[in-house]
Amino acid sequence: MQQTQSEKLKQVGPGGTSGGPGPREREPFNYTDLGLRLIGLAFIDGIAIWFALSIYSRENSPIIPIALLLVTALINVIFLYGPLYPVRWLTPGLLMLLLMVIYPLGYNIYISFTNNSSGHTLTREQVVNQLKQQTYQPANAVTYSMTVYRNAAGQFKVVLKNPTNNTAFIGDQNGLQPYTAPATLPASLDGGYNKLTPFQAAAQQQALQNLNLRSNDLAIEIVSGSEAKESRSKYSYDAGSGKLMDLQTNTVYTPVNGTFTSPDGKTLTPGFTDLAGFDNYARVFTSGDITGPFIGVFIWTFIFAGMSVFLTFSVGLGMALVLNDDDLPLRTLFRVLLFIPYTIPAFISSLVWAGLFSIVGPVGEGFKSLFGQGFSFFSDPNAAKAMLLFVNTWLGYPYMMLICLGALQSIPADIYEAATIDGANRVQKFFSLTLPLLLVSVGPLLIGSFAFNFNNFGIIQLITQGGPADASTTTPAGKTDILISYTYRLAFGTGKGQDLGLAATISLFIFIIIAAITTFSFRYTKQLEEVLN
Amino acid sequence: MANVKSVPRTAAVPKEGSLSGARRMNILLKLVIAIIASIIALYPVVYVISASLNPTNSITDLIPGQVSFVNYNKLVNDNQYPVFVWLFNSIKVAAISTLVTVTLTAFAAYAFSRFRFKGRRTGLLVILLIQLFPNTLAIVSLYLLLLQIGNLVPWFGLNTHGGLILIYSGGALGFNTWLMKGFFDTIPRELDESGTIDGATPTQIFFLILLPLIRPILAVISILAFIGTYADFLIAKVMLTEKETYTLAVGLNLLLGDGGSQRASNWGLFAAAALIGALPIVVVFLILQKQLIGGLTTGAVKG
Repeated sequence: MQQTQSEKLKQVGPGGTSGGPGPREREPFNYTDLGLRLIGLAFIDGIAIWFALSIYSRENSPIIPIALLLVTALINVIFLYGPLYPVRWLTPGLLMLLLMVIYPLGYNIYISFTNNSSGHTLTREQVVNQLKQQTYQPANAVTYSMTVYRNAAGQFKVVLKNPTNNTAFIGDQNGLQPYTAPATLPASLDGGYNKLTPFQAAAQQQALQNLNLRSNDLAIEIVSGSEAKESRSKYSYDAGSGKLMDLQTNTVYTPVNGTFTSPDGKTLTPGFTDLAGFDNYARVFTSGDITGPFIGVFIWTFIFAGMSVFLTFSVGLGMALVLNDDDLPLRTLFRVLLFIPYTIPAFISSLVWAGLFSIVGPVGEGFKSLFGQGFSFFSDPNAAKAMLLFVNTWLGYPYMMLICLGALQSIPADIYEAATIDGANRVQKFFSLTLPLLLVSVGPLLIGSFAFNFNNFGIIQLITQGGPADASTTTPAGKTDILISYTYRLAFGTGKGQDLGLAATISLFIFIIIAAITTFSFRYTKQLEEVLN
Repeated sequence: MANVKSVPRTAAVPKEGSLSGARRMNILLKLVIAIIASIIALYPVVYVISASLNPTNSITDLIPGQVSFVNYNKLVNDNQYPVFVWLFNSIKVAAISTLVTVTLTAFAAYAFSRFRFKGRRTGLLVILLIQLFPNTLAIVSLYLLLLQIGNLVPWFGLNTHGGLILIYSGGALGFNTWLMKGFFDTIPRELDESGTIDGATPTQIFFLILLPLIRPILAVISILAFIGTYADFLIAKVMLTEKETYTLAVGLNLLLGDGGSQRASNWGLFAAAALIGALPIVVVFLILQKQLIGGLTTGAVKG
């Protein structure tokens, strides 16, 4: 089918070969294929160019559009140049990887070197534009007499007369122009604009606010249906020096750490995002306010991940040893029952346990009936930590159990016989045979589990939200926060302000720790080589 | 315990009806442990089932005083907590992300398995290395990235399912690629070669010859990817800001609030929603246990 089609095409238009790559021995040349590729590429190129243009017009920075066009060009090469054929199959996945994994990681590093935080989220340009909108009324401000005209479409023009020197302006939604006004203003203007009485104009005050009555630093403010007052732009910005001038007081504001600051220390809000060098990194180690909670969170992250692995593995191995006995009645049933916690999505079981442990739940009520008063696992840091470890063990042991079951069955029985002959008892056999042999096969999985729990945001956020809160700090750290949930709270938490720069810095710390763990675990993994072939 | 030494054969090859007293004790002990462990494992499950059927919204009773489906009825009619909308959102996002993930993975695995090209080994290693860093670590920049993308293409901005799917599919290449590549490697190359001789293009070989053969691994990876996405909390929590766009994980968290009285007052509703949200996953997992665990231990999912 495919062949006959392409043969037909060949007969119809044999002239088209000149542009494309010539027929290849390995890859039979095919017009349909080339046509489809060209159409697809044209489509992609069009989208990419549109994107590049709209990003450029929005951001005023050529870096991202150029990167985008380079990547697009590369795609064209990959899909048109024969020897790169295998890469075509990788391209879609690699593109997603580039956009959603590699670029964010790089961007994350950039953010960690900025002061992006509450009050510093806008770009310098946005902040300057915002400040430029501000006006002030000079001491000797002129009061203009105002006449309003309206056309059938509901658009307005206003004529503003300076009563002292008879100069005038005419203004609409597009701006303010000088105007030579006759002594008595006409009843209508060109374009079907009819004069309104001051009373009618006053009724339109809301709509009149949308007019753009500015020209250079002059900005007119409408006061009533017949009067408007002169005001002036408060700030002028010098793009060359990056300084902002307050025209009212003649104060010069220089940008310091993303805030316009006057010589006597007055600052303007909002601030803008600016490069902050290693400030965020320095803050983690030297600012008492941040270092204290950071070290607490750091240590607890390791304890949480380490204890989670130890407890899930111990319980899982214990259960595996129990289930590994052929004589255990209902063995298959127990296997299924004990596996169930793993099958429930963790977000659901975490919430269920949070309810069970709450002061109004059965655990709290149990304490009440035993000791006469309730006990909240959520307000005591140690109890909250113990609770988290308990729940995480419940969530994770079935996985370890199944893995250990498999590994136990792969240990040959005859080495136990040999050990028995050598006079080893059960405990000795467990610690010198079973455990070491198990650890060889499940070791990499334990490290993987450590890395997973190191970033186990869900359980912390769903059960304790990091709480109880650490009252000793202005950062939103809680006593049970691990690094990733602390990062989340810094970046997106409410209450104590957002600090994206610091959050990005801390996530880089996690990154480095994970990298170290990974390097370590690679030494254990020999299976890698098999797949690499 | 000590007499294991004296009867070594019994431990290794137990014979029916010939169990010694100590061996009996041993099995009894194991049985007791298994029963206690099963009770702890199932306690929350039984508890939630009973709470979902308990019309009095009690958070403390294990056995409901009366049984009714009032909580399930409320779920259907509740506008304050649109649980079925959340469930639908979750399934939609997870299904599309899974489809994209599995497609991209299969393409990449095919190239890595069937072609020899420069940078192939490096490519495989880089994919593995990058995958080890969960993209949750870049959550801050992903947030800002979606903010920027949303300015250009509103469909993929913050608080959209498109944006969420984009992030979930971003990590498509990874362990999955390795797993699938390993599976491709087990399919004899002679099949491809016979296809080539019959005039098939590599594209035809992939879709017509190989794809049907890798269906088992496609199923495993799909299910694991689906469950992983379905259960994600962090990314969905950060990117979705309105109740109507929430996935089930974010929505249920909202339903229970952050403790205190709301936890108690919505408990029955939550229990019903939790059961509906968990049941399909539990069933799939129990049925396909062996295949899924096989995939998990070779690292089909992150973590």
